[in-house]
Amino acid sequence: MSSAVYRDDMNESNTPTPGATDRAIPASLDSLYQEVILDHYRRPRNKTALEEPTHTITMNNPLCGDVIELLLRVEGSEIVEAGFLGRGCSISQASASMLTGRVIGKTLGEAAELSAKFTRLLHGDPSPLADADLGDLRALAGVSKFPVRIKCALLGWNCLEELVDDGAGSTSPATPSE
Amino acid sequence: MEADRSHLAPPPSVGGSDPAVATEADWDIEAVRAQFPILSREVHGHPLVYLDSAASAQPPLRVLDRIDRYYREQHANVHRGAHQLSAEATEAYENARATIADHIGADSDEVVFTRGTTESINLVAASWGSRFVGADDIVALTKMEHHSNFVPWQLLAERTGARLRFVDVTPEGTLDLEDFDRALEDRPKIVAFMHVSNSLGTINPVSDLTERARAAGAITVVDGAQAAPHMPIDVQGLGPDFYAFSAHKMCGPTGIGALWGRRELLDDMPPYQGGGEMISEVTTAGSSWAAVPHKFEAGTPNIAGAIGFGEAVRFLSELGFDGLAAHEHDLAAYALARLDEVDGLTLYGPREDRTSVFSFTYGDIHPHDLSTILDQNGIAIRAGHHCNQPLMDRFGLSGTARASFYLYSTRAEVDALIEGLRMAARVFGGLS
Repeated sequence: MSSAVYRDDMNESNTPTPGATDRAIPASLDSLYQEVILDHYRRPRNKTALEEPTHTITMNNPLCGDVIELLLRVEGSEIVEAGFLGRGCSISQASASMLTGRVIGKTLGEAAELSAKFTRLLHGDPSPLADADLGDLRALAGVSKFPVRIKCALLGWNCLEELVDDGAGSTSPATPSE
Repeated sequence: MEADRSHLAPPPSVGGSDPAVATEADWDIEAVRAQFPILSREVHGHPLVYLDSAASAQPPLRVLDRIDRYYREQHANVHRGAHQLSAEATEAYENARATIADHIGADSDEVVFTRGTTESINLVAASWGSRFVGADDIVALTKMEHHSNFVPWQLLAERTGARLRFVDVTPEGTLDLEDFDRALEDRPKIVAFMHVSNSLGTINPVSDLTERARAAGAITVVDGAQAAPHMPIDVQGLGPDFYAFSAHKMCGPTGIGALWGRRELLDDMPPYQGGGEMISEVTTAGSSWAAVPHKFEAGTPNIAGAIGFGEAVRFLSELGFDGLAAHEHDLAAYALARLDEVDGLTLYGPREDRTSVFSFTYGDIHPHDLSTILDQNGIAIRAGHHCNQPLMDRFGLSGTARASFYLYSTRAEVDALIEGLRMAARVFGGLS
């Protein structure tokens, strides 16, 4: 290969020097990809189809192909079981995994409240960080600095809100939407 | 301000110069890069490494200057006013058409300005399709197609009841030629396929395919969006009936493209849209149409875009496709070798007969996460299905990361990509 023309002159160009020692990871990436997020991505919790869900919905993000199916078993107005299926980036999958962990034991109304707090956090309002109700979801606060990724973090929550909006007690058909 | 281009390779001689003469060493990369203002900007504190030219290439200064000059000095509506400015605008607009027609070996009458490849294909599907395709007909496509050469035919099938036949893609990412022949046995009315794959970089054997299709009685529609930026296009040699391409993938502005069609086919087609510009006479009893290509250009066209498109074609021609091809070939070989070194990286698409676009996955790091991490290092790649969902399904993928190189790309940018991938692995604490 004729590499001679490139070897010397590229160091003077405005492109990065090849072969440099590993560049430090920017703080923005450290705050986005916290260990707890990567852990939920690689070992998702409740990533399973429920045997008898009362509520299911599938939503996708057509721009990136991320898909989340959220399944709930609601008794009275309490979420007694939550699971999810789907595929996508670390942010969408970790967020959905955390969601299922946080909403079990809550009423649909309480789950909707949590969703509202989390949505505020992602849109740059730091006040929900003080709220213990968010638990490990607080690790996703870094997403607010990445506007194009906010929709990833909210995909599972959009599913939840659709289910809550559809009303408690009735079984929703899986509805592709967005 | 005009960039100094005196050091650039002369345009190839008529009839094509000997490709063996052009070598990578002839390509003065810094002089080429100096003509693209955007390449000197920073992103997130790092020099921009733009590896998304397959989505949209950057325009050189002379294209920007030409559009600017048109608006400052020549702007008026075309084909109408008898005044000086309208005459100048019309001349510039039609000269651009002539430049583009000349570039692809066609007559000006056969080149229709559109909004881009997508509209070009929609025009054929809507116009030729509505007149000549019926419920008993078959339209053959490939599973490789960009949605722009896929959905218009689905819409046509919905309207007419015609059946779609999808030609398969081999595991290597090339067209399955045996399946192509099988599809032709069903005597499709239309065969539509891409010249170059936007995801895999595969270069399809267009002249061979058009010959087989013609022998089977089909007309051919070729999506040239990913080919025209990289190679000289000779529609006579390639032999399709329609060829579509976009300006913005070949250093021109967005919102403008071209459809080339055989004159006799264009003549037989009904208008695509109605309005001004496309008529011969309008009365309450009915209207008659202007001759091609104006029959297909209803309304005030994208005059500045067309003029910028013409300038982009001149830019590429003067730079020389031989030198461009040699540069990209060298860069593709270097990129392949460097990507091969990366553990956990899976590359999709052929290793030969390809352009310099690379689709890959990297361990369990999702393409969007890769894209975010690279972006924080100033590196722009594309992540997702690349408007190629049937192809992604074919490979069992939901998406890939895609790095695409162009005439201004450098080996140092390949190195930056590799370094960025290594950082991604560190961010994820290794790959699974």
